[in-house]
Amino acid sequence: MTEASSHYAETWKKPHFIKSSLLRYSIYFGTVTYFFLAIYTMEVNWTRVAEGIPRGADMISKFFPPDLSDSRGVILDGILESIWMAVISTIGGILLSVPIGLGAARNLAPTWIYLFCRGIIAVSRTFPAVILAIFSVKFFGFGPFAGFVALSIETIGFFAKLLAEDIENMSKSQAEAVKATGASWLQWINYAIQPQVLPRMIGLSMYRLDINFRESAVVGIVGAGGIGAHLLTSVQRYEYATTATVLFSIIAIVIMLEYTSGYLRKWVQ
Amino acid sequence: MPTIKTTEGPLWRKRTPLKQWLVWAGWLIGLCITVYAWQLISEKTIWMFVFDAPSQMADIGTRMAPPDWSYMSKLWRPVWDTLNIATIGTAIAMVMAVPIAFLAAHNTTPHKSVRAAMLFIIVASRSVNSLIWALLLVVIVGPGVLAGTIAIGIRSIGGCAKLIYESIEEIDQKQVEAIKATGGSGAQQMIYGIVPQILPTIAGVGVFRWDINVRGSTILGIVGAGGIGIQLSASINVLAWTQVSTILIVILGTVFVSEYISAKVRGAII
Repeated sequence: MTEASSHYAETWKKPHFIKSSLLRYSIYFGTVTYFFLAIYTMEVNWTRVAEGIPRGADMISKFFPPDLSDSRGVILDGILESIWMAVISTIGGILLSVPIGLGAARNLAPTWIYLFCRGIIAVSRTFPAVILAIFSVKFFGFGPFAGFVALSIETIGFFAKLLAEDIENMSKSQAEAVKATGASWLQWINYAIQPQVLPRMIGLSMYRLDINFRESAVVGIVGAGGIGAHLLTSVQRYEYATTATVLFSIIAIVIMLEYTSGYLRKWVQ
Repeated sequence: MPTIKTTEGPLWRKRTPLKQWLVWAGWLIGLCITVYAWQLISEKTIWMFVFDAPSQMADIGTRMAPPDWSYMSKLWRPVWDTLNIATIGTAIAMVMAVPIAFLAAHNTTPHKSVRAAMLFIIVASRSVNSLIWALLLVVIVGPGVLAGTIAIGIRSIGGCAKLIYESIEEIDQKQVEAIKATGGSGAQQMIYGIVPQILPTIAGVGVFRWDINVRGSTILGIVGAGGIGIQLSASINVLAWTQVSTILIVILGTVFVSEYISAKVRGAII
């Protein structure tokens, strides 16, 4: 034994996450360069920012107390409209998602249906709800119907995708057992597949209701109904006490929905 | 499994009669809610415009084709801005979210009241859409990329911190105890016991959030907070439909690329 190897190491260093030091340093270098370029090209008007800080402080001071009087009676109306828009678009979206989700499951559908349904899902997932809302306002006119259409399409992208993935991951033996009894296609779906995916889907639909409410609060900014329009107006009119009322009610409803949906999901599963 | 005796032998049913009635009652309640909500929405709808929609779609569809490719040259800068809003916003959010997550997880929080305060921050940031944050921030810091970046940052803190604190609560406590047994201080327990266990989650959450934020930052321009949304709403306002279709294709491409990158990176990490 040589002298060196008889010593135990006296210091220890954490091994690096990325082992190759060349790769590690080039990632460090790339990151730093990117952030430098990104911040350098940002074009911030610092005098405007400096002016804005007292304005921000003013805004927040006007938030308290929120103006609960709702003098024109539009806020309550807008919030209810948002809630019902979220409900109906969740229901509509799920009804449309079931056939699309079945079609997008690799193990159920023939290839051309599979590709068609996956295409619908991909397109509806790509565009944010607000862009869909802009177009549905152009097509269907101002009002909650446009928001309903936009949010239903968004719901398809979410729900049909998860339904299809759930069906693809289901237990095959149950499906085969039901098929072996001579069940028709509908019976096969109803007795072999539906019981396997239903609990998770009920949970997901509650979760989607939650998301849809959050979205229905903003599609009003582009004219698709709900509370968003009043929020935009109140900010443009510098009525920050009203803005605060709207904001706090959105937060309160979202928290409520989140707890209810969490509770329901536990109860179902 | 309930079976019903009939003259021709036992008949199998999926549910007992009581359960079946409950299921029907559930459907009835669901139907009532649907009808009520639909009625409220349809009262506020001008059906004339809705019935007019197919011709509107055909009209706008023909005006949108073919996309105005020459407009692409003016879109590179907005795409760069959009990606920067998403990336810097995510970076800000992650820097804020990690300490918040440590203060919010019940096994690392210094005090219950701190945990409650952090959970409130998480919920408040998550419940308000980034577009609303952007609307308020445009008033404060002025229109532009900065407002959008901060809006994305604020909106993402909650989402990131929630996932990180949940993973801190699920760590294997034995590793932390092992560090403690060697005489490690509180900070050392955190760095050598907890952080290595949650590092993959942190990286995964960051990339996942970045992907969502790319999508979110494409629309912030509608309220003036920078990114490609500015061009989108400007082109829609002047009815330059060929430019609109170009912008939509660019957004589609950006989102697909970001989704691909995010999936690849997450696959490499986890």
